[in-house]
Amino acid sequence: MKTVVIGVIGADVHAVGNKIIDYVLSENGYNVVNIGVLSSQEDFINAAIETNAKAILISSLYGHGEMDCRFMREQCEEAGLEKIKLYVGGNIVVGKQNFKDVEKRFKKMGFDRIYPPGVKIEEALENLKEDIGI
Amino acid sequence: MMKPYLLVDFGSTYTKIIAVDLENNYVIGTSKATTTVTTNVLDGYDKAFERLLRNHPEIKECNISGFSACSSAAGGLKMAAIGLVEELTVEAAKRACLGAGAIVNLVFSHHMTKREVKKLVDTDIDIILLAGGTDGGNSECIIHNAKKLRDAKISVPIIVAGNKDSVDEIEDIFENTDIEYYIVANVMPQLKKLDVKEAKNIIRKIFIDKIIEAKGIKKAAEKLGEVIMPTPEAVLLAAELLSQGFENEEGFGELMVIDIGGATTDVHTIGEGFPKRTEVIMKGLQEPFAKRTVEGDLGMRYSANALLSLVSDFEFRKYFEEDDKCNHNIAKSLERRRENIDFIPETKDEEEFDKAIAKICCDVSISRHVGHVEVVHTPLGNMYYQTGKDLSDIKYVIGTGGVLINNSDAKNILRSVNKKSNKKLELRPNNPSILIDRSYILAGMGLLSQKYPKKALKLMKQYLL
Repeated sequence: MKTVVIGVIGADVHAVGNKIIDYVLSENGYNVVNIGVLSSQEDFINAAIETNAKAILISSLYGHGEMDCRFMREQCEEAGLEKIKLYVGGNIVVGKQNFKDVEKRFKKMGFDRIYPPGVKIEEALENLKEDIGI
Repeated sequence: MMKPYLLVDFGSTYTKIIAVDLENNYVIGTSKATTTVTTNVLDGYDKAFERLLRNHPEIKECNISGFSACSSAAGGLKMAAIGLVEELTVEAAKRACLGAGAIVNLVFSHHMTKREVKKLVDTDIDIILLAGGTDGGNSECIIHNAKKLRDAKISVPIIVAGNKDSVDEIEDIFENTDIEYYIVANVMPQLKKLDVKEAKNIIRKIFIDKIIEAKGIKKAAEKLGEVIMPTPEAVLLAAELLSQGFENEEGFGELMVIDIGGATTDVHTIGEGFPKRTEVIMKGLQEPFAKRTVEGDLGMRYSANALLSLVSDFEFRKYFEEDDKCNHNIAKSLERRRENIDFIPETKDEEEFDKAIAKICCDVSISRHVGHVEVVHTPLGNMYYQTGKDLSDIKYVIGTGGVLINNSDAKNILRSVNKKSNKKLELRPNNPSILIDRSYILAGMGLLSQKYPKKALKLMKQYLL
């Protein structure tokens, strides 16, 4: 069984989507380690190290995700998680922006999968199966 | 006919005996003599016992109904804790050691290096606790560390309490070597979940079976029956019993025990310490219900010098009483106490200085023991992270150990645990009742609780003043 770490980054307390992601991924055969809301980059990384996670799925709904996610990839590399897959989704930038640009910026920051607002978790689930298997 | 039951504590400095009458539920008497582990531990015991008989002629040697003993002699139980991530399995491993009454002398995280292994081999350690990874999580690191320990031909017992998935491989690594190892449940089976029960039990078992002998206390065990636990564990058990009660004998609820010693300050708290408000979110590893912390840099004598690196001269002066007119030379007075560990204050000024040290030990050790909150400004208003236990509603603080119980102003010293205006974010007690273990019976009652919990509880309620 593959382990994934999920949680809501930064000063963000939106818990509903987080619960849905937890439910769907668990139902589909993943060992989900949910670190919940108000989580820092270190929380995600420490959890991933101890649980040997293959992917980190970061949620953010309050618009400041881009700031909270800065240097996440570098931090992972620093912590020895070079191979880990990084996903991010929600309202991850301030205001309404062209998603193509947003995606490009997050790709550059080292994220593997970036999702715009309103995406169903099933889509991410398919990507996850592709990227790390079950 | 009175049948006294003896509770013996082979302490680092003194061997203490408490004689209790279990039928009429009172402490007949106590006595102490210098601990003699270097020669024959029984010499010190015999001396203390003689004193007991001399002061209490009503005790007859032939009528003694039983013994229980604990020990912190010869440096106590010294352990090394090894884990993966500092805040997670390393911390879980440390808590298992502390909860079992050990002193954690060495701590290692991630992959151990040759230098670290050398340090481990060169340090006088009694037991190693090897953790790392949640169940089903990282096993590569703990396996790496197990191999390192094997290659170093470690001669002390190793307790393996890490990722379940790594157990087979670790057993293969240690098989056909002289390494004495024990496999127990993971100290952190799931992220942030603490499970130290099995690890604590095995530590105690190794302590009884092996460490006692190495510490020269075996002779005592042969004469008195098992020396059943390290002294700090006995204190923690006593605190737990006093807090929770037994059957229809009610306990005191959430409480704290503080022991300021010559070298360390121990703090024990019993209670969940969960957040008291809804906008608070818990962070970090789960806290043990019965939590013990040991501060190696806070003590009255051996570690007196370390105080100056913790508080400035200016801050230090704030701990003197307002009516204390003496212009204390802080550095000199501390040095004097460190050099002469048997130092006993004779003048009023020396007493006042000792009191100030005790207050600092108390204040700083509580800062480190209690949980604290951090404010997070979210679009939905202020939220709070809580790390550690919220101890603001704790009902009782109990002082034990030589320094406090012999000090006439002990209650005043212990008031330094209280909430402070300059430490607002610390979840310190809010004006609890303060009790002193005047007859020095806490460790003894922890021992007694193993066989007679109800009697131990009643005695504690009676003798903590």
